[in-house]
Amino acid sequence: MPDLLLELRSEEIPARMQRKAAGDLKKLVTDALVEAGLTYEGAREYWTPRRLTLDVRGLTARSADQREEIKGPSTKAPEQAVQGFLRKAGLSSVAEAQVVSDPKKGDFYLAVLSRPGRAAEEVIAAVMPGIIRNFPWPKSMRWGAASMPKGARFGGVDGKGSESLRWVRPLQSIVCVFGPEHDETQVIPFEIDGLVAGNVTYGHRFHAPEPITVRRFDDYVTSLEKAKVMLDAERRKDVILHDSRDLAFANGLELVEDEGLLEEVSGLVEWPHVLMGEFEQDYLEIPTEIIRLTIKTNQKCFVARLQGEERLSNRFILVSNIEAKDGGKEIIHGNGKVVRARLSDAKHFWTRDQGNLPDLQELEASAKTFALDLKKPLDQRMAKLDALNVTFHAKLGTQGQRVARIRSLAAKLAEMIHADAKLVDRAVVLAKADLRTEAVGEFPELQGLMGRRYAALQGEDASVAAAVEDHYKPQGPSDRVPDDKVSITVALADKLDTLTGFWAIDEKPTGSKDPYALRRAALGVVRILLECNVRLNLLPVLQAAMPGDAGAPTVSPMSVEGSEKAQALADNSYINETFPVVDPSARTVEDLLSFFHDRLKVYLRDQGARHDIIDAVLTPEADDLLMVARRAEALTAFITSEEGRNLLAGTKRAVQLLAAEEKKGTVVADGVSEELLKLDAEKALWSAIKAASGEATEAIAKEDFRSAMEALAKLRAPVDRFFEDVLVNDEDTAVRANRLALLKAIREATATVADFSKIAG
Amino acid sequence: MTDLPDHMSPTRSFQGLILALHNYWADKGCAVLQPYDMEVGAGTFHPATTLRALGPKPWKAAYVQPSRRPSDGRYGENPNRLQHYYQYQVILKPNPSNLQELYLGSLKAIGLDPLLHDVRFVEDDWESPTLGAWGLGWECWCDGMEVSQFTYFQQVCGIECSPVAGELTYGLERLAMYVQGVDNVYELNFNGREGEEKISYGDVFLQAEQEYSRHNFEFADTAMLHRHFIDAEKECQALLAAGAPGASANQMLHKCVFPAYDQCIKASHVFNLLDARGVISVTERQSYILRVRTLAKACGEAFLLTDAGGINFGSEAA
Repeated sequence: MPDLLLELRSEEIPARMQRKAAGDLKKLVTDALVEAGLTYEGAREYWTPRRLTLDVRGLTARSADQREEIKGPSTKAPEQAVQGFLRKAGLSSVAEAQVVSDPKKGDFYLAVLSRPGRAAEEVIAAVMPGIIRNFPWPKSMRWGAASMPKGARFGGVDGKGSESLRWVRPLQSIVCVFGPEHDETQVIPFEIDGLVAGNVTYGHRFHAPEPITVRRFDDYVTSLEKAKVMLDAERRKDVILHDSRDLAFANGLELVEDEGLLEEVSGLVEWPHVLMGEFEQDYLEIPTEIIRLTIKTNQKCFVARLQGEERLSNRFILVSNIEAKDGGKEIIHGNGKVVRARLSDAKHFWTRDQGNLPDLQELEASAKTFALDLKKPLDQRMAKLDALNVTFHAKLGTQGQRVARIRSLAAKLAEMIHADAKLVDRAVVLAKADLRTEAVGEFPELQGLMGRRYAALQGEDASVAAAVEDHYKPQGPSDRVPDDKVSITVALADKLDTLTGFWAIDEKPTGSKDPYALRRAALGVVRILLECNVRLNLLPVLQAAMPGDAGAPTVSPMSVEGSEKAQALADNSYINETFPVVDPSARTVEDLLSFFHDRLKVYLRDQGARHDIIDAVLTPEADDLLMVARRAEALTAFITSEEGRNLLAGTKRAVQLLAAEEKKGTVVADGVSEELLKLDAEKALWSAIKAASGEATEAIAKEDFRSAMEALAKLRAPVDRFFEDVLVNDEDTAVRANRLALLKAIREATATVADFSKIAG
Repeated sequence: MTDLPDHMSPTRSFQGLILALHNYWADKGCAVLQPYDMEVGAGTFHPATTLRALGPKPWKAAYVQPSRRPSDGRYGENPNRLQHYYQYQVILKPNPSNLQELYLGSLKAIGLDPLLHDVRFVEDDWESPTLGAWGLGWECWCDGMEVSQFTYFQQVCGIECSPVAGELTYGLERLAMYVQGVDNVYELNFNGREGEEKISYGDVFLQAEQEYSRHNFEFADTAMLHRHFIDAEKECQALLAAGAPGASANQMLHKCVFPAYDQCIKASHVFNLLDARGVISVTERQSYILRVRTLAKACGEAFLLTDAGGINFGSEAA
């Protein structure tokens, strides 16, 4: 079985696009081969900054012969219909068609087309140009003489204008060799815009600029390796990771690992060579996160910490693309200079953020609104944020108005959660202040974290400083959930304000689109409530938080500042409209509650809960999510016990019998008549039901779901005995009706805990 | 190159660096032009790039362009930031297929050996909202420092490029600081001499940086600048109308594109000055950019109706 080797060599492909492009190449090529009737045993894609490579093994040499029949119209059909059939079948005259008789329809035409199988080479040559021309790059370009207008020629190349080949960067050569595993291979020389596929590639740009002739994948990889190109990105990552760890270790340090950076760096080099540089100790007074991000974002280098410590060292690890003649001295020297210059900028931001803003007198009104102390740097930044009228969202007002809303919601929540009201208020007014700091302007991902640093530096209470960072948490399913009550309160207020706001202006997530990360916000609320054991009835809270409900804020007339920072902060659209008309109706609130229910289901399922059990306990108006989760937990434990399984079976049987009767139109009485109870098993069941439902109801009222389940568990034996000893269909209709009422009583008793009919099994 | 005296070496003097690049690109067939005699924000604004990137006619040019970014002024106190600096600009149209190799050759010519220094092409797509232009390419890194911008123009003045031109822009001060091993731009050796004969970058430009920073941030008359912006905008439109085809009988060509484009450049620089003075709000900023882009587009379209813009290109070839 022959193999296929394909390489598309280009100028440097952006690192972030390489992995997906190689995957797309594999899918497009193998799909096209299969579509053409070929099969293959396996295919694997590779990539470097300068090439996408595909290795397809065990291709069939030919596709099978194919026969196709196309039914035509009746032989009596009008000429037009016959012509249409001939065109469709690709025949030149009716003489080429067969005539077939059908007892019902009469004679009709039939075209029998037989397509002989095609050689794999032919298929490959036919499909490749289309795949390359229509390759799904996120951004592509034209280049060179082929982009001359049509009809013009330059350097022997015909211009193709806007139809010239597009690729992510200029495509330089194509390798396409095909052949059996142990025999001679051949080139499949398809052509695209003057580029002809061959068997020649090139190695490392600087170390091995000579051409390399390849025969198949094995010698291709070996030759590239000799020419200082490591084809497999996973191997490059591995080499970078291990060499970096080793180099750090040898210097008494520990690499700060970063998968995203590792992936990116592996896409910037064909021959990774790890080196270590350093910067002055003085820069270590800048917060760790700023140092790490400065070095990562701008220089694509790793940082290292002291072994066994959180503190960073003054070393950084860089990955070069060459084995330099001087062992890397010049490269280390050069990178060190740039890192120092960047850190010097970062230090500048860090220091300036701790200083006073100019024109403090202009911030007095804002300071008053938020009870800010203009002697403190972070307070000044919040006042500035408000004074600038920076837009949060065109329909939801400014950042200042948003903070005001969060503030009033947080005050209500603080009472319910029993958090310190003063600390909560202080945390809220400082929570967004760092959006005006230079450090966050430079690295937006540091929002919250920088605020916490600056809050601690100006002597805020530890819970306030923590809440400034933690009110953004948790950001997703694996992020940390805050545990301090002040943080919990501000985090809930922030998220609930966002959710009610976007619900009020009808900007809900749809399908895969969730630009404001509302699913993440709702999941955050769910996680906080459940993981911090917070009891909260959401309905009244959502109602109160819904903007436009009471005292809807109005947007003051536009005031604009020409600062570039203001622009960096928001989407630079200043609003000059009044607060929008919103829908404060109960339906919006209900709709949002059901969105929380969806997030809760997803969360509980991820925790391993059965969805039938969640459905059995989740009623549409349930707004205390913690209680829903507790109930589901208790029910799960119960249902998996033997008692529970049997009671479920008995209850289901009762429910089924009842359903059958109710379908027939039988009206089943609500009460059981004790006089009509004849058999012991009936009497025992009735007294058990009375006792159990009383106990269960009482336990539910105390939210003690375990005891409620235990009470129900006592029903198991009487229910089982009832179905063994008692025939519901008694000849006496009064007895029969009474027994049905008894079944109904089982259903009612279990319903105090959950809707058993929704539970599977 | 080898027989150059030390003081002419690109690693010893700022002017030596410029001369080495001139020699290199002259040898590759570029017309070595002089800087454009107007204030521009970048080498791309020179009509030898903006306008010549349009139309079908092949073109090769290299030049130094003094570039002014009024808001980058730091009163001479920042060792890396200048409101006036030099770009070395190369444009090759259509881009030759070995443009990357040519670029790397130019680095060797100024003393950067790619087996000693880590040269990398890192994704960086270029866009100029004021010129209605964009392209794909890279930042070229040398040992982690961005030393050049490498772009394949796809669109200029809102017009699709056919053919595509390759543009290389070298930040000369930064490159010189690197090859001279200097941390402060004002300490660059300008003329390559030592002792009494030495002229530094600071000798040439420090006072100017201080004065222009005052001008840009404090003294420039904003009312006058507003008027100049409007005048330049009007004049650009008027010149384009005056030279338009059909203005006189049998006139097929546009007759006044370069002068009109000068007014577009002027408007752009005045806008940058107003911006540095802090009198343009965020919303106004967008509208100024749009107004300059409208002028640039009109100039680009007019250029296509000229000889240099290739209106007769097909018939010449035939």
